[in-house]
Amino acid sequence: MNSRTNRTTVRLLYLLSSLLYLLFTTPAHAARIGDLSETSLWDQALRFLTFQDPSVRYALLGSMLLGISCGLLGSFLVVRKMALVGDALSHAVLPGVALGFLWNMSKDPVAIFIGATLAGLLGTAVVNLLKQTTPLKEDTALGLVLASFFAVGICLVTMIQRLPTGNKSGIDKFLFGQAAAIGAADVQLMAVVTGLVVVVIALFYKEFLVTSFDAGFARAVGLPVQAFHYGLMLLLAFAVVIALQAVGVVLVSAMLITPAAAAYLLTDRMHRMLLLAAVFGMAAGALGAFLSFLGNNLPTGPFMVLAATAVFAAAFLFGPRHGIVARWWRQRSRAARIQRENTLKAIYHVLEARNFQGEGVSFSELAERRRETEEEIQVQAAALARHELATLPGEADALFLTPAGWQTACAIVRNHRLWELYLTHTAQIAPDHVHEDAEKIEHVLGEDMVRELERRLNYATKDPHGKVIPGVPVMLETKPEATPGYGRSA
Amino acid sequence: MNELIPLFEFQRVFVTPWTQDFSSSVWIVLMGFFVATACGLVGNYLILRRMALVGDAISHSILPGIAVAFLISGSRGSLPMFLGALVAGAVTTVLIEVIHKKSRVKQDAAIGIAFTSLFAVGVILISLFASKVDLDQECVLYGEIAFIPLEGMVEFAGLTLGPPSVVRMALVTLVVALLVGLFYKELLVSSFDPALAFSLGINSTFVHYALMAMLSVVVVSAFEAVGAILVIAMLILPGATATLLSHRFPVMLGLTVLHAALSAVLGLHLGVWLNCSLAAAMVVAGTGLFIAAAAVFGYQQTHAHEHSQNNNLRGRRGD
Repeated sequence: MNSRTNRTTVRLLYLLSSLLYLLFTTPAHAARIGDLSETSLWDQALRFLTFQDPSVRYALLGSMLLGISCGLLGSFLVVRKMALVGDALSHAVLPGVALGFLWNMSKDPVAIFIGATLAGLLGTAVVNLLKQTTPLKEDTALGLVLASFFAVGICLVTMIQRLPTGNKSGIDKFLFGQAAAIGAADVQLMAVVTGLVVVVIALFYKEFLVTSFDAGFARAVGLPVQAFHYGLMLLLAFAVVIALQAVGVVLVSAMLITPAAAAYLLTDRMHRMLLLAAVFGMAAGALGAFLSFLGNNLPTGPFMVLAATAVFAAAFLFGPRHGIVARWWRQRSRAARIQRENTLKAIYHVLEARNFQGEGVSFSELAERRRETEEEIQVQAAALARHELATLPGEADALFLTPAGWQTACAIVRNHRLWELYLTHTAQIAPDHVHEDAEKIEHVLGEDMVRELERRLNYATKDPHGKVIPGVPVMLETKPEATPGYGRSA
Repeated sequence: MNELIPLFEFQRVFVTPWTQDFSSSVWIVLMGFFVATACGLVGNYLILRRMALVGDAISHSILPGIAVAFLISGSRGSLPMFLGALVAGAVTTVLIEVIHKKSRVKQDAAIGIAFTSLFAVGVILISLFASKVDLDQECVLYGEIAFIPLEGMVEFAGLTLGPPSVVRMALVTLVVALLVGLFYKELLVSSFDPALAFSLGINSTFVHYALMAMLSVVVVSAFEAVGAILVIAMLILPGATATLLSHRFPVMLGLTVLHAALSAVLGLHLGVWLNCSLAAAMVVAGTGLFIAAAAVFGYQQTHAHEHSQNNNLRGRRGD
């Protein structure tokens, strides 16, 4: 656990330092992004991608840094089911931004940082207070704080914009974000905060993990759960505040939730989720900064959010384990396997009905047995042939089981009959009620379970209906672990 | 600081709006009142059903619907706007359901992902087609209640009713109030006790979707006046204030309307004094009323505690 955490931390720190390296090594000789207008899409893209312009580098670095810190802290929000706390907190910082701005009527990063952090913490404190002292529920308290703090913020912002100096101040950029407005001082602050977030999470990884997943246990082993909660809130407020400039107040919560949720879809390990969320956040930040740079004066926040949503959608659809496509594919192949096994079972039944005389089973026999048309049987036979469970020699309209096919057919019929016997024998269910259940379980019984059933049933040879429970022939040419063990001792 | 907060002049703040500027103030206050009443009535049920943040999600996510409707129809017609917003609202609901049901992402995160994405699409559309859309980012944030167009007054049976946007909002409020009155029992029972509602033969699912439809309509019609975010305050503040002051639902509905009226009037004066966004000022005034109600509630709680040790726990959380 500890070495994993360290590895994750080392990777994150590496990421951070390479970003800073980028900042200080590329030559600087150009105007700020805002000074330009009327340039073509291609020129803008080229300007961005060559990193010649320092403001481009600031914007890109800042966006990536905020993506990292938002992704890391958002992961804890998502696993704690507190996603909407992030939403409330991010709206509640607006009055703090305005007051920090008023401090000396400029976009002083430190003043705004302090004001916004205080406002965010006050917001979360008010949510807790309302939850504890009034009958209002959490959702109402969150909505209330979100909207009323935001309204106070809007009042202040509109008042500032009315001032002669306020109009050109760019405070409105804090609403939807403008990565181009990020300066060197901002990037320094962002780097400090992101570094702090990484270090704190690395140092207290175990504590954060335990308090997030099992607060009762954490309390029992003497961890100050409340303190860690407030610590997390403080870091969260930091992350939101450094993200404001680029993403904007309105959409910061998406940078917290969406990359983390995408990571959540891809892994079950918290340290891996943190790393993935940081990478996704960084990628979304960079892509958003790039896209908004292409147009003239486009807000950055919405583009970052859509980039993050695209990552989430990809994880949602194509995730290897939980993705929709993967799950659909698994379901489909499982259904196909069950279909094949049912066909094999029917073949066994046909053969059994004629006392295993003759080798081939004709399509018409099979169609009659399964009460299906011959066309349907042809499709199923083709599927068996594809999996080398049967061969279809020419125009005979019949199929012959391969050794593997015969083995599977025996195994399925055995599973079915064993289960029927178990239900009537041990669970005392009437023999005419057990067939349906056995139809389902025959496809999922594992070899270990079969061994156990056989033992409990004293190696019975006949099922409740008087039919023989088949043994499964051993195929010597297959690998030992692939061979069903039944009959090995027989 | 003096520059920021103008001097409090009684004449300018309280008299001028009702004398010199009467013709605009009265419509602004009425508009604010109608918006807050319609939102507050619906919001009461959202609070009861613990769905306050669904209001948040819907109000954000109708934005792309409205923007697309503007782009297609090229005007601020009410019908395209309503249709666009309803489609966007339905898309949000479906998206939240799909993300929540088809993956292991929890509902809160699903809400967060769905509405921020749609809102982002809306903002991008508006900023890309700023010249073609009669909408700007400021309007999205805090509406344009101060700029109600006064021309083209609606007349009915020889009577001048008022500016079209106010009349439209009044109609929406009237319909919401009528629906709440007509289906009072159904809404109440299905909100408080779904099991009882089922045994009474009330279709709770239908009531839920009807409420969602009502919410969408109210949010869309309030959009122009107060924007997409402040509307959340309009939805939650009146009901939350009423919850603190009464345990009886009819009284709560009455208090909701009172809260709406007071915050509209006080908000106007606050906004005129501070010279800031009137919609935001109305919400701030409503927040002030909520804080006052919380103080009253706190006083009642401690008061009750002193006098009867046994009866004071009613309605307190966790006791």
